[in-house]
Amino acid sequence: MTESVTTTTTAGNGIGRPFLELKDLQVHFPTDDGLVKAVNGLSFTLERGKTLGIVGESGSGKSVSSLAIMGLQKGTRARVSGEIWLDGAELVSMSVPEIRRLRGRQVAMIFQDPLSAMHPFYRIGDQLVEAYLVHNDAPKSVAKKRAIDLLDRVGIPSPSKRFDDYPHQFSGGMRQRAMIAMALMCDPQLLIADEPTTALDVTVQAQILDLMMDLQKEFNSAIVIITHDLGVVAQMAQDVVVMYGGRVVESGPVRDIFYRPEMPYTWGLLGSIPRVNRGGDHRLKSIRGTPPSLINLPNGCPFQPRCDYQQHVEGHSCVAEVPELLQIGTGGHRVRCHIESERRKRLFAEQIKPNL
Amino acid sequence: MTLGISEAQTPEGGLPADHLVETTEAKQIEGRSLGQIAWARLKKDKIAVASAIVILLIIGVAIFAPLIVKINGFPPDQFNKLDADGNPLLNTRDGGIPIGGLWGSGTSSEHWLGVEPQNGRDVFSRLVYGTRVSLLVALGGTIIAIVLGTVIGMVSGYVRGWVDTLLSRLMDIMLSFPTLLFVMALTPVIASRGQDLFGIPDDNKLRLGVLMFVLGFFGWAYLARIVRGQVLSLREREFVEAARSLGAGPVYVIFRQILPNLVPTLLVYTTLLIPSYITAEAALSFLGVGIKEPTSSWGRMIADASAWIESNPLYLFFPGTALFITVLAFNLLGDSVRDALDPRAGRS
Amino acid sequence: MARYLVRRLLQTVLILWVISAITFFLFWVTPANPALLICGKNCNTETIAQVNATYGFDDPLVVQYGTYMKGLVNPTGRMIGTEGSERNCPWPCFGESYQNGIPVWDSIADSFPATFWLATGAAVLWLFFGVLLGLLAALRKGKWLDKLSVGIALFGVSFPTIVFGYLLLFTFIVKLGWLPFPDTANAALLDVGPAKWLQFYILPWITLALVYAALYTRLTRANMIDTMNEDYIRTARAKGLDERTVVFKHGLRSALTPIVTIFGLDLGGLLGGAVITEQIFSITGLGKFSIDSVLSNDLPAIMGVVLFAAIFVVVANIVVDVLYAFIDPRVRLS
Repeated sequence: MTESVTTTTTAGNGIGRPFLELKDLQVHFPTDDGLVKAVNGLSFTLERGKTLGIVGESGSGKSVSSLAIMGLQKGTRARVSGEIWLDGAELVSMSVPEIRRLRGRQVAMIFQDPLSAMHPFYRIGDQLVEAYLVHNDAPKSVAKKRAIDLLDRVGIPSPSKRFDDYPHQFSGGMRQRAMIAMALMCDPQLLIADEPTTALDVTVQAQILDLMMDLQKEFNSAIVIITHDLGVVAQMAQDVVVMYGGRVVESGPVRDIFYRPEMPYTWGLLGSIPRVNRGGDHRLKSIRGTPPSLINLPNGCPFQPRCDYQQHVEGHSCVAEVPELLQIGTGGHRVRCHIESERRKRLFAEQIKPNL
Repeated sequence: MTLGISEAQTPEGGLPADHLVETTEAKQIEGRSLGQIAWARLKKDKIAVASAIVILLIIGVAIFAPLIVKINGFPPDQFNKLDADGNPLLNTRDGGIPIGGLWGSGTSSEHWLGVEPQNGRDVFSRLVYGTRVSLLVALGGTIIAIVLGTVIGMVSGYVRGWVDTLLSRLMDIMLSFPTLLFVMALTPVIASRGQDLFGIPDDNKLRLGVLMFVLGFFGWAYLARIVRGQVLSLREREFVEAARSLGAGPVYVIFRQILPNLVPTLLVYTTLLIPSYITAEAALSFLGVGIKEPTSSWGRMIADASAWIESNPLYLFFPGTALFITVLAFNLLGDSVRDALDPRAGRS
Repeated sequence: MARYLVRRLLQTVLILWVISAITFFLFWVTPANPALLICGKNCNTETIAQVNATYGFDDPLVVQYGTYMKGLVNPTGRMIGTEGSERNCPWPCFGESYQNGIPVWDSIADSFPATFWLATGAAVLWLFFGVLLGLLAALRKGKWLDKLSVGIALFGVSFPTIVFGYLLLFTFIVKLGWLPFPDTANAALLDVGPAKWLQFYILPWITLALVYAALYTRLTRANMIDTMNEDYIRTARAKGLDERTVVFKHGLRSALTPIVTIFGLDLGGLLGGAVITEQIFSITGLGKFSIDSVLSNDLPAIMGVVLFAAIFVVVANIVVDVLYAFIDPRVRLS
C-alpha cells in the first residue's frame, strides 16, 4: 500500500518524476530479541531547492531511513525493501559499488556529533580533501584549494590555517561548519542532515541553520533535515513528515502541521513546546507513556497506548486496525488517524489550540 | 530555544481495563539490573557452564585431596620401591627409570599415572596435592591484589590532593619494577627473613604465604590505577553530589555509592588474575623459587620432569596437562563473565 | 618536548635510585652470610674475617650502600678489595659476583645479546601474527575464521610457557629430530652462520611468542571491532570511500594505536630477561643469569640484573608515552 506525500510547489525536473522519491520504504533488523521494525512504509517526495523535515522521537525510525537512502545498510543484517528513487535511479536495488559512487557526490550526509563523526587522528583539511579526491580525479592542490574555499564559505575564519588543524582543536560550532563543508566538497544535489544542531549551543544552532539555508539557495540542493526539534523544522522546512513507530502519522506543508494539525501525536508535540510568553505557573503538557518497542509494535495504531482521544472513535479500531494515511483537503496534508476529520478539527480548535 | 518532547514517566493509566488486556499481547520487557542481565546471560552460555563445572571439580579435588589420596593408597611423599607383587618399580641400573607402563612412565593399575623416576613417588597423588598449591596461591594472591588495589585506588581517587600524588607516584614506581625478577628474588629472601625474625620455619606453609603476598604485592598497582581513574570520574557524578548534600560522610560515599559501581571492573580483573597467578606460581616453582620439596607443585614437577623428557615424557605432560586444563577453564569462564558483563548487547 | 624529556629523564634517575635502594636494603638484609658464599668450602673464622674486611661486610648497611652506588655514579668506577690488593672495577660497576669474582657488568654484557635476539625475534613474530589474526577475526566477525581465531587465541593464552616450550622441544627435537638439541654454548650469529642460528632460535621464538601473540590477537580484534563501530567510520563510508580504505586508513590506524604502546612495554620488559624460555632451551641469556644469581644468593649479580632490567622498563615507558603523543594528536605531553 503506497501512501505518498508530495511536496507542494512543484519545481520538478520536468521529467515528471520528483528528484527524490521514497516509496514504501521498510527497514527491518533481525536481532536476538526479535525483528526490529525500524521503518514501516515511509514514503515522501522532495524537489531540489526544497527542504523536508522529518520529525519524531528517538526510536521513530527517522535516522534509519536516512541511512537507507545512503545505502549504508547494504551488507549488514538489515532488510531493506521498497523503493528509493534519486534523480531517476533506484537505490534499494543498487549494488554497493554503484551506490558508493553516489555517496558524497550526489548525496551527502551531515551527522549529529561532529566530534565523533570526524576521524580524530587526521587533519580536517586532509579529511575534506579525501572527500573530494574519492570522486574527482584531480591533483591534491586543486582539492586543497576547494577545501579552503569551502571552509571560508561556511564561515570559518583563517581557513588556510585551520586547514591543518585537528578536529579536537575546533569549537563545536566550527566543527559542524567544517562537517558541512566536507559534505559539500563534491557539490551534492541532496543533503541529509541528521540532527545537525542537537549537539550545539542555541546561538550556534541558529547560525548553522542560517548557513544551511544560504547554501541551499546558492547550490539549489534538496535538504532532508531530521530532528526532534520543532523549532528547527519551523525555520527551515517547507514540508514536514511526522514519524511514529516507524510510520508516517502526519505529513504535509509546514503551515498545515503547525496551524492545522490533525493527529493527536502532533498535538502532543506542539503542546510540549515551552512558550516564553505564558505565565510562569503554566505546566508543560507532555505526552504520557513511552515510545513503542519496535519489536512488538501494537496491532492497531502505533500511537494508541499513549493517545488521550481514543474515546472519539467507535469500536475497537484504534486497537485493532492501523489507520490509513489519508489526504485532507487538496494541499498534500495527510493524516493517519481513526478519528473522523471534522471531529479532529473541532477537537483541535476547542481543546488544543487555546493552550498553545 | 530548544524545543523538545518530554517523555513522561507515568505508565498507561486511565485506560479501560479491556483495552489493557488487548494491548498487553506484547511481552513485558522489564528493566533489569546489570547483575541480573549478566547472570541470565551467563547461565545460558554453554561454555561458561562447562568450564564452571570443570573448575568446581578441580576445587573439589583440592579440598578432598587427602581423601582421594587415601583411596589411591599412596601418600605423595612416600618413596615406593616395590609394587604390590613385590617387583621393583624402578630400573636402578638405568638411572632409576620406572619399569613398564605407558611410554616408560610406570603406569599401572596401582599407580594410575605412574611413578617418579629415582624416588618412586606416585605421580597421581602428587598431582592431586599440587592442585591445592596452585589454587591456594592463586586465590590468596588475587585477594591481596584486589583488596590492596581497590583500597589504594579508591583512596587515591576520592581524596585527591597530596595523598593522591603520593599514591600515584607509588603506583608508578611499583609498575616500573621488573616484576618477575623481583618476585623471583624476593620470595627466598622474605622466607628466610621471616624465619629469622619471627622464628617461623622456612617450610612450605611460609612459602605459600610469601608467594601469595609477593604476587599480590606486585599485582595491585595496575588495578589501583584503573580504580583510581574510575573513582575520579565517579565522584563527579550527580548521585555522589546528591549523597553528599544529604550529609553523607566520605566513608559512606566510598563504600555505598562508589564501590558498587566498581564491582564489574573488579570482577573482570579477578577473572584475569586467577589464571595468571596459577601460571605464575607454576613458573616460579619451576624456576626453583616457589614451593620447595617435598611439597608437590605442578611447576616443580615439570622442572623435575624436564630432565627425563626423552625417556619418560609423560612425567612432564601429566602435570603440564593439569596446568593447561586448569588455566584454560578459568580463562574460558573469565571470558564468559566479561562478555556477560559487557553492556553492549550486540551478538554475532 | 625537550622540557618534557628532561623531566622524564630526571624522573627516571629518581625511580632507578629508589629501586636500587629498595633492592639493596631488601637483599642485603638477608641473614645469608655473604662471606660464606665467597670463601666457599674452606671457610673458617679467619677467612671469613678476611672476606668481611675485604668486602666491607662489617660496615653499616648505609655505608655499604654508598660504596656500591659509588661504583655506578663515579665515572671511573670504584676500587674493590683491601689495601694492597685492590682492583679497579670500571664504570658501570655492579660489583663482582660472589660466586666467581667476575665483574657483574661483564657477565651482563655477555648474556645480553642472546636475550636481545630472543626477545626481538619473538616480538616480530607475535606482533605480526597476533595483529594479522586479530584483524582478520574482526573483519570476519561471526564467521568461522573469527571463531577459529578466538579459539586459537584462547588456547594460546592458556598454554603456560613451561608446558608449551617442553612440548615443542619434545616434538621437534626429541621425537622428530628436525632440530638439534639446544647448544649450551651461546650460539652467536657470526660464529655459527644464519642457518644454524635460526635453527637454534626458532623454537624459543615460537615458545616465547605464543602467549603474546594470543593476547595481541584478542586485543587487536577487540580494538578493531570497537573502532569499526565508531561514527567516523560511518562518515568515511558516507563519503563514498571503498571498504579497503575505510578499514585500513580509518579503522586500523585507530585500532592499532593502543597496541603500539603495549608492544613497547612488553618488549621493554622482556629485554631484561626471558627467564622461563631461556631456562627451557638452555639459552645463556640475561634470564638464565638472573635465575642463577637468585638461586645462589649472589647479591651483586642480583642487584646488577635488577637495575639493568629496570632501566629497560622505565625507558620503554618514556618511549611509549612520547610515541603515543605522536600518534594521537589529541594527547598532550604534560
